[in-house]
Amino acid sequence: MYSNTTMMIEIKDLHKSYKMGKNSLHVLKGINFNVKEGELVAIMGSSGSGKSTLLNILGMLDEADEGSYTLDGVPIKNLNEKLAAQYRNKFLGFIFQSFNLINYKSALDNVALPLYYQGMKRAERMERSMAYLEKVGLAKWASHKPNELSGGQKQRVAIARALASDPKVLLADELTGALDSTTSYEIMDLIQQINDEGRTILVVTHEEDIAHMTKRIVNLKDGVIIDDKFVNQVRAIQNV
Amino acid sequence: MFSLERWQEIFETISKNKLRTFLTGFSVGSGIFILVILLGVSVGFQNGIENQFQGDAENIINIYPGETSIEYQGFNEGRRIQLKNDDFDLITKGISNEIEFSSSMYQIFAGLITYKNESGSYRVEGVMPDYQFLEKADIIEGRFINANDLKVSEKYVVIGNRVKKDLFKNGSPIGKQIKISGLNFKVIGVYTDPGGDREEGRVYVPLSTAQIVFGAGTDIRSMGFTLPKEDNYDLALKESSAFAAKIEQLLKKKLQIAPLDESAINISNNIENTKEIYLLISAMRVFFWGVGIATLLAGIIGVSNIMLIIVKERTKEIGIRKALGAEPLSIVAMILHESIFVTAISGLLGLIFGLILLEVVGPYIELDFIRNPSVNFNIAVSTLVLLIAAGAIAGFFPAWRGAKIKPIDALRDE
Ligand SMILES: Nc1ncnc2c1ncn2[C@@H]1O[C@H](COP(=O)(O)OP(=O)(O)OP(=O)(O)O)[C@@H](O)[C@H]1O
Ligand SMILES: [Mg+2]
Repeated sequence: MYSNTTMMIEIKDLHKSYKMGKNSLHVLKGINFNVKEGELVAIMGSSGSGKSTLLNILGMLDEADEGSYTLDGVPIKNLNEKLAAQYRNKFLGFIFQSFNLINYKSALDNVALPLYYQGMKRAERMERSMAYLEKVGLAKWASHKPNELSGGQKQRVAIARALASDPKVLLADELTGALDSTTSYEIMDLIQQINDEGRTILVVTHEEDIAHMTKRIVNLKDGVIIDDKFVNQVRAIQNV
Repeated sequence: MFSLERWQEIFETISKNKLRTFLTGFSVGSGIFILVILLGVSVGFQNGIENQFQGDAENIINIYPGETSIEYQGFNEGRRIQLKNDDFDLITKGISNEIEFSSSMYQIFAGLITYKNESGSYRVEGVMPDYQFLEKADIIEGRFINANDLKVSEKYVVIGNRVKKDLFKNGSPIGKQIKISGLNFKVIGVYTDPGGDREEGRVYVPLSTAQIVFGAGTDIRSMGFTLPKEDNYDLALKESSAFAAKIEQLLKKKLQIAPLDESAINISNNIENTKEIYLLISAMRVFFWGVGIATLLAGIIGVSNIMLIIVKERTKEIGIRKALGAEPLSIVAMILHESIFVTAISGLLGLIFGLILLEVVGPYIELDFIRNPSVNFNIAVSTLVLLIAAGAIAGFFPAWRGAKIKPIDALRDE
């Protein structure tokens, strides 16, 4: 079924528990799931079902207890902190519900940060960051600090930052969770455009309408996938 | 490790968080400031003590002749030894590089001195220019005898403050003629001596003049030397004993005195009496360094605490940076770099302010026990080295903590 395109994410029998004192909370109980290059996937489920936990493991911010994870053919296993940092920088772009911008840096400097950690020279860094700010429609706001931007604008900056290092996969956790519906659709429109260019994107959401703007919905419940189906993508632009 | 890119990053962070930077810097800056002032005061104390404790240079070595006690090279025992100018020259030329100050002397113990209707009997000493430092005579008016006065045997006199009070009351004696044993001398200076009234009841004239006026030919009564100061008493004692032995040997050979003769040449080595002063001074120095370092340490701990708070405050930022690809080492480097940079700059400011204060105010301080507090170059340099170390120590624990923050935990706490 996936023969023609590269497999971007392959996870097999993934388990994760949180230990709290003597108790242990089994959150992920054997997740199997693959994502091809160019897919736009929504991960859904009720609160506490383990969506964020799964996304953090995919993002190498956390480690699974059991199972295997392969990203673009690279097995992600026994990473030390340094290697994990390098992989995150090279392979992944993060978008968070609360934006997670650095508040004393301008929009441009925020976008440039992943490139700084790639060791790119300042001039090139700035040029490239500017191009991405332009792409998300915020070129004019380049010198503004996050507290001078609206929620939607902040999320656009975060998206530009996630894109700046040209990652293989974008991981977004409730990226519209802090935005009103119009702004949410504008952001989803941007996400769709980026996906149209071929970028693989995973979004965690609990909003049905947002999920239907992706191409595939994966449903989590009690730590297992209970449903995984392709859907007809609703273009966000129609709702704006 | 210290790349230009990171300098830019650090500079941006520092300049955009001014209050934080100021608070961090203030701690170390004031610590260094206090350290410098303390060290300056410690030097002042040392100056003050040296000044208080005796009238003469503490490391002075005096030589005066006696009678032989051993028959030697055809001379009978009981021969009076007379020192002459060339004996002094023999020493100053022979081992000049070890000597700091030197003077030979010819004195009359009771010379009648008159000015107008006032008169008195004072000790008259013919001396050389260095004698001022051997005696620790402080000139308060005019000047001391100089090399030229000596060369041309000027009839000049420098009088003690007590002599001035006796003869001149409140008027200035400079340029006035006084009579010494009936001969006119011009007063060129007035001195005070920490030795007090007794030592201020003397007058100094050029040695050559005294020899002519008192018909002494080239005779001298005694000579005195000091060696450059040593910080450590044992070393000072060793050097000065060796020097005394060398003089004794030179003189005995020239004056044909038996090597074992103990009464022909008397050498009094003042340093043997000053052990307590050396000990006091070094104890004082240890004390002030101790207090200074403790102050600095408090500063370091202060900065370290502030940096820890900063790291805690920046937990989320560190989490973001790590999520975006910052390696743990780069977080350590970032925090250490910032800490060292801020402590170095602020410490330098503290150092400069301290030095300026000492430089400006120091010379005016003339209390009994504190005189001219100042800081020398070596101390300034050691403080600088301490500074960099301080920055590194202050930054280490916070940096370590920062590097250990897990991005996932950091991003979770809102
Ligand atoms: N660090 C942790 N320590 C202990 N328990 C945790 C930790 N992180 C998450 N959990 C627990 O694991 C379960 C899954 O959490 P997760 O954040 O993955 O849920 P979620 O599906 O993202 O929920 P939501 O929609 O509310 O964001 C929850 O019960 C949560 O309390
Ligand atoms: Mg969640």
